[in-house]
Amino acid sequence: MKKFLMSTAVIALAATAAGADTVRVYNWSDYIDEDLLAKFEAETGLELIYDVFDSNEVLETKMLAGGSGYDVVVPSGTFLQRQITAGAFQKLDMSQLPNIENMWDVVSSRTEQYDPGNEYSINYMWGTTGIGVNVPKVQEILGTDAPIQSWDLVFKPENMEKLAECGVHFLDAPAEMIPAALNYLGADPDSHDPDVIATAEPLFMAIRPHIQKFHSSEYINALANGDICVAVGWSGDILQARDRAAEADNGVEIAYHAPNEGAQMWFDQMAIPADAPNPAGAHVFLNFIMDAQNMAQASNYVYYANGNAASKEFLVEDVIGDTAIYPDEATLENLFTTTPYPAKVQRVVTRMWTKIKSGT
Amino acid sequence: MQRFILIAVPYAWLLALFLVPFVIVFKISLSDIALAIPPYTPTLKDGFAAFVAGLDFENFAFLASDDLYWKAYLSSLQIAILSTFMTLCVGYPIAYAMARAPEEWRPTLMMLVILPFWTSFLIRVYAWIGILSSEGFLNQFLLWTGIINDPLTILNTNAAVYIGIVYTYLPFMILPIYAALDRLDGSLIEAAEDLGCSRLQAFWLVTIPLSRNGIIAGCFLVFIPALGEFVIPSLLGGSETLMIGKVLWEEFFNNRDWPVASAVAVILLLILIVPIVLFQRNQQRQAEEET
Repeated sequence: MKKFLMSTAVIALAATAAGADTVRVYNWSDYIDEDLLAKFEAETGLELIYDVFDSNEVLETKMLAGGSGYDVVVPSGTFLQRQITAGAFQKLDMSQLPNIENMWDVVSSRTEQYDPGNEYSINYMWGTTGIGVNVPKVQEILGTDAPIQSWDLVFKPENMEKLAECGVHFLDAPAEMIPAALNYLGADPDSHDPDVIATAEPLFMAIRPHIQKFHSSEYINALANGDICVAVGWSGDILQARDRAAEADNGVEIAYHAPNEGAQMWFDQMAIPADAPNPAGAHVFLNFIMDAQNMAQASNYVYYANGNAASKEFLVEDVIGDTAIYPDEATLENLFTTTPYPAKVQRVVTRMWTKIKSGT
Repeated sequence: MQRFILIAVPYAWLLALFLVPFVIVFKISLSDIALAIPPYTPTLKDGFAAFVAGLDFENFAFLASDDLYWKAYLSSLQIAILSTFMTLCVGYPIAYAMARAPEEWRPTLMMLVILPFWTSFLIRVYAWIGILSSEGFLNQFLLWTGIINDPLTILNTNAAVYIGIVYTYLPFMILPIYAALDRLDGSLIEAAEDLGCSRLQAFWLVTIPLSRNGIIAGCFLVFIPALGEFVIPSLLGGSETLMIGKVLWEEFFNNRDWPVASAVAVILLLILIVPIVLFQRNQQRQAEEET
């Protein structure tokens, strides 16, 4: 939220300083190697204003309000699809994007379900939604056979009851948490049937007293500092927490798993708003990002897989060799994707989520 | 003519910064959700007749049909009333001590009360995360002194919300009470004591009633913003903290339902009008008493 409020202030400033030499990018928090931003300015001579957000909802509200003032934004797949329908984005001009040939067909073919023909967006990063654990602490509480590779860890009340003392955070993202619960229950994770969705409610109600907070970015620091011991979160965020803890050498040891029962695979796509002040600059930025070395530098820094085939040779072994980031064939089969909820179902989902979070 | 211009300025101010935004919000609360830019319908682009015909009170009926909303209003009221009371309990002694302090200290003390405003409100609330978290300063200190053996869970609970509100709004309570106590004629207390009051009785029978206006002003200045507070509960509160500010945010951002969000805001405004009118009356009466 701090970032959200700060970025609001930044937009106000940006609006007064707008010009054709400026590119305004709105990306997720902790999602790029900041050296790349300086490199972009040095290489292109364009001034870059880089703001961050931590939830798709915040971005979507800005897009639907119109006049966001941004040239490049990064919604996830389902949100992208809905915003394309609302007319929020402009088609990419492929002639300005020679680096598009670097993209990886394995990812592009999957993002087509959100953006047919990939006409409006390019893939930035993709990953999974799974569980991060502070291994020594969890093993101290649940024993060495703690099910850290299974959704049982967070969906079984008897485990959560014990874990509550060291702190558990869940993502505040119903579009990811509810599919995870449905999948755990053996239902179709992408179900849009309110009756099926309702079956997830008792599962959450049983564990909600033991969840300290629903939040989509605080868990990175909280995990790294040892304030909490379990977080349901996004793969790269938890791997960043792992590295921050290792750097701080504070005795916290974090591991990430896309649970055995299956996990959601999501895609963050870069797109250009229909009313972008500087679409030419936006294309320059997209092309810069699709450069194999630049993309590799970003992935090496944030520990997320990208959709760029040419970047693979520049990835460090820690990233390309880690199945938590680039899953092997067996894990890939267990991953599922989802599609956006229609407005009526969305209300049912949000209402249920509010009930889960607040108990009413 | 000059007189007219002089009066017109505040009215223009009210019209532009209060009435016009309110009419816009009220209009959106009568609209329907749509997947478009902006995400509601009708807009004036549809033509005036269709625009008027498209408005209805459906969203207000919806608010009444779901217990989430009145529970959130009630819970916000509870948090606002309790934290106002706590702020009063903390603020009154501070204001009293300031008013009784030697004359030459008072500007410095006043400065110390105002000083926190020099730092951004957001950063000060963030600092409380560092203080209250389970690995934070407070727990580290208490563990070190041996008062507790296990860290207390304060952050992400309602207790942290109360701490945040009391801390943030304390100056708004201290300043009006201090102003009232500062003007208090010390000879009245002496007279009360000469007439047989104990010090406590004199405080209760003379000081408190004479600082009443300061207490009322302080309470309103804390209560009104605390009721709609969003930043403090979202940063310091946990999943059980149900406040209308958070519900409003969810309607707006998670549901993308601007019409229902606007309806929630209109009701919140109606709830706030009651204390604001009472506050105005009190101010008026005070002004009359003084003339």
